[in-house]
Amino acid sequence: MATEGEALTASGYIQHHLVNLTFGKHPENGWGFAHGVEEAAAMGFWAVHVDTMFWALLLGIIFCVMFRKVAKASNSGVPTRFQAFVEMVVEFVDESVKDSFHGTSRLVAPLALTIFMWTFFMNFMDLIPVDWLPSAAMAVGIDYQKVVPTTDVNATMGMSITVFALMIIYSLRFKGVGGFAKELVMNPLNPKDLGLPVFAWPLVMIFNLVVEMASLLAKPVSLGLRLFGNLYAGELIFILIALVFTAGSGLFGAGLSSIFGDHIPAWFWIVASVAVFATLWANMKGKLNMKMTLWLLLAEILLVGGMAFLGGQLMHFGWAVFHIMIIILQAFIFMMLTIVYMSMATEHH
Amino acid sequence: MNMNATLVLNSIAMLIFVWFCMKFIWPPLLKALDERREKIADGLAASDRAEKALEDAGVEAEKEIRAARDKAGEIVDQANQRHSQILEQAKDDAVSERQRQVNAAEAEIAQAAHQARESLRASVASLAVLGASKILEKEVDENTHRELLDKLIAEI
Repeated sequence: MATEGEALTASGYIQHHLVNLTFGKHPENGWGFAHGVEEAAAMGFWAVHVDTMFWALLLGIIFCVMFRKVAKASNSGVPTRFQAFVEMVVEFVDESVKDSFHGTSRLVAPLALTIFMWTFFMNFMDLIPVDWLPSAAMAVGIDYQKVVPTTDVNATMGMSITVFALMIIYSLRFKGVGGFAKELVMNPLNPKDLGLPVFAWPLVMIFNLVVEMASLLAKPVSLGLRLFGNLYAGELIFILIALVFTAGSGLFGAGLSSIFGDHIPAWFWIVASVAVFATLWANMKGKLNMKMTLWLLLAEILLVGGMAFLGGQLMHFGWAVFHIMIIILQAFIFMMLTIVYMSMATEHH
Repeated sequence: MNMNATLVLNSIAMLIFVWFCMKFIWPPLLKALDERREKIADGLAASDRAEKALEDAGVEAEKEIRAARDKAGEIVDQANQRHSQILEQAKDDAVSERQRQVNAAEAEIAQAAHQARESLRASVASLAVLGASKILEKEVDENTHRELLDKLIAEI
């Protein structure tokens, strides 16, 4: 998966997978897509990760369309299966909000739902085999493609900063400027309770302010970085598995590279994929019994990649199963913490 | 790992999605859910009421059936009573009719016997006279022997 400049080395492969498609103004080359990490870095702050934004927007729109469709068709009658699923998610979020957020707000529940579903969708991109979409993008001339928006720290921090902004707005709205300021300077050490003379108060207040600001700012940072870290690590493990088990190694893999040279042509992978899909399709349509299907799949996998490749598939599968839990859990944690933070912003304590 | 404007754009995207959800997704869905919950609650209450009504109706029906059964028993008893009454009456009637017929028959028999006796008695007198005249070869004057004849008749 390397571009012309990079050799197909392990570090090149990994690096290539970790570079976003960046659009911005390079000091020398002007506006355009960055070619490589250095160029992307040189573009400074005012550059955009086009792949992150594309997938984030696409998945957000999928969420909106999916739920809007149900919302428009919803009635108190007997729900369809899809409607029941959507309503189950909504009810789950609603319960979570009711458990943790005791104020009245029209914003918090929809906010939680959006965060949960959107984050889940973005995380879900991690389960698509790491090379598929980047390879497809390469085929149409896009050099870099990171398809999981939540492995981009910009996306997760963007979300957590939005949550942070809403927190501040809610704090100001529910406690007023004075109340919010008081919370910042009179906690955790209340100079009044300490019985200090008035001239010593500012000292304690400054101490309080430092402590409170640290805990306040830690909220969005930890919120964003937690999601980013988990997904980035998960993505990296997928990449490592792909690297270790599939990069031209294996019984038949090596045989294939001796026929095709270093680059196995795209049509080979397409034929292999079509064969696998056709087998599965025939099985689902009932034209192929289960035993025959398994033998055919095994033969196809052996033919395509050899035993080591099969090992890679199994590793991928194992990690993907484990990762399903992570992507749901992280989406849930992001949602829950958002609810808790919003609740803290509205309640006096 | 560059922090760049993606951060800002993603924040804006999120705000738009949240706004969309808040405006167009959450309220109708929650409304539908609440409505369905209410409907189900109503349905359950209605089913409870119906069950209660059914139970009441069952009790009522049981009562009606019992009353009807009692009534039927009463009617049957009455009918039986009437039946035996009629039977008794018929029997009485039959007995008295028989008695009447027997009496009538007896009376007729008695009359017949009486008549027979009378006619016999009459015949006996003339037979006796005839017999006597035959024996005596001579006419016996009925009038002169009246007394004797009457004595004879009385003896018959």
